[in-house]
Amino acid sequence: MTDAHTPVTEEPTRRDFLYLATGAFAAIGAANIVWPLIDQMNPDASVKALSSIEVDLSAIESGQSITVTWRGKPVFIRRRTQDEVGVAREVSVVDLPDPENDADRVVKDEWLVMVGICTHLGCVPLGQAGDFNGWFCPCHGSHYDTSGRIRKGPAPKNLEIPPYDFVGDTRIKIG
Amino acid sequence: MSGESTYNPSNGVSKWLDSRLPILRLAHDSFVDYPTPKNLNYWWTFGGILSFCLVTQIITGIILAMHYTPHVDFAFNSVEHIMRDVNYGWMLRYIHANGASMFFIAVYIHMFRGMYYGSYKAPREVLWILGVIIYILMMAAAFMGYVLPWGQMSLWGATVITNLFGAIPLVGENIAIWLWGGFSVDNPTLNRFFSLHYLIPFLIAGVVVLHIWALHVPGNNNPVGISVKGKQDTVPFHPYYTVKDGFALTLFLILFSYFIFFAPNVLGHADNYIPANPLVTPAHIVPEWYLLPFYAILRAVPDKLGGVVLMFGAIFVMFLLPWLDTSKVRSARYRPLFRQFYVLFILDCLLLGYLGAQPAEGVYIVLARVGTVYYFAHFLLILPILGLVEKPKEVPESISEAVLPAAPQAAE
Repeated sequence: MTDAHTPVTEEPTRRDFLYLATGAFAAIGAANIVWPLIDQMNPDASVKALSSIEVDLSAIESGQSITVTWRGKPVFIRRRTQDEVGVAREVSVVDLPDPENDADRVVKDEWLVMVGICTHLGCVPLGQAGDFNGWFCPCHGSHYDTSGRIRKGPAPKNLEIPPYDFVGDTRIKIG
Repeated sequence: MSGESTYNPSNGVSKWLDSRLPILRLAHDSFVDYPTPKNLNYWWTFGGILSFCLVTQIITGIILAMHYTPHVDFAFNSVEHIMRDVNYGWMLRYIHANGASMFFIAVYIHMFRGMYYGSYKAPREVLWILGVIIYILMMAAAFMGYVLPWGQMSLWGATVITNLFGAIPLVGENIAIWLWGGFSVDNPTLNRFFSLHYLIPFLIAGVVVLHIWALHVPGNNNPVGISVKGKQDTVPFHPYYTVKDGFALTLFLILFSYFIFFAPNVLGHADNYIPANPLVTPAHIVPEWYLLPFYAILRAVPDKLGGVVLMFGAIFVMFLLPWLDTSKVRSARYRPLFRQFYVLFILDCLLLGYLGAQPAEGVYIVLARVGTVYYFAHFLLILPILGLVEKPKEVPESISEAVLPAAPQAAE
């Protein structure tokens, strides 16, 4: 703009406007092209289509657990004993790393349904193990209690509760 | 290295080509008559060895891709098919798998050589930064390659590493889902890792070209760290260093062959011969040996985000190395204090590597914290302060004086 032949002008010229407008238009166009290239990596329709399952719980006795697969992840379903529920309810919630009432983590007291993925770095914890007789992750040593709440170790959060509902007395729908 | 080109096209065809695309001139000036400091020792042969490793990985990788299937239902079996059915498939796969380890052995020696002789200092900062970029690309390629056989370590290694991105506040979970193409590591993840694993070596090759370009502008550093003053300090690259590199490569290949033919699985993990199972995590997840120090740093921090930040920080701090080291003297030969801290730093890296392979509990955690603090202290405290307080030994006038003390000084 400023060379020896033209004096400095404060007033934008018609050419400045054209430069800016062209540049802005090109940037918007480029962003529109880039987005599909990025978004193609997000979960596709076939992956999303598998996002809910129904599980029959009638065969599970008190003190037994099953593991089902939902969205490629293990989901722990445990029919808790009265002891386990009792222990989970006695804990002083405010002292927990991720404070949460046991009652808020279940739909029915007896049934604990949660995603079996350690909230640290995604390993599958082992059941009825660890210092709190809940779950224990062998990868980096996180201990969860009988409500699946983090009690000790590097994991930042309690085991995740997936969205689920009882669709019958002994039947749930996850997702 | 700046200087007159000494290329002399010898026949009609090369003359014709030289006036159209002077590629033979470029090759001659870069790898034949390239003036190289005459005092390079064997630590300088690892650049050539690394080029060999890259070419080996690309050739064996292209061949393996002809027989491999990037699908969760077939990947594990297609690798076994390579091992059992494909002609020489076992050898090609063992070369590729052990080749990754050999590549890292060579790159670590190459990097520690650069740290000892101050090869990252002005005017070679860009050369060093390009090297760190290559190193990061190598780690990405190695990690994705380890996922492809779709064994237990493949799946769970991929799960742990991709979950690191989940630690990013707010958008972390969406980034993890985006990386996976689903809600966990699954077929879309394997498929894209295969695609990227095939791409990255060619990116590395591109950055290697820049790395060599950035090397040939200031020329090689050398064991005394003094800049080349004139022709008397150099010898032509060929035959002096082509032969030296060739001999070192031969020795390196003996070690390489030992692993391929006598201990092909010793650097791997037995659990990766169990097909991937998303419902069962192996009791003890460890990355490949070359990533262990960073893994130890990750686990040393009791906070998830903090661990991830420090782990990536441990790599990115290397970008700043040229400016963190305040000493004007390049070579550690003339830096008595730095030499001692350099040895401590190597020991610290080895300690972290050892701890990365141990369970994250008890005394191992405590040691890993000490090691992590020392790692960062080396870069952020020791190197900046050392350059200010250390009194270096007397540096010789020239390379010739350093290596030929008894000989008469060459005429100017």
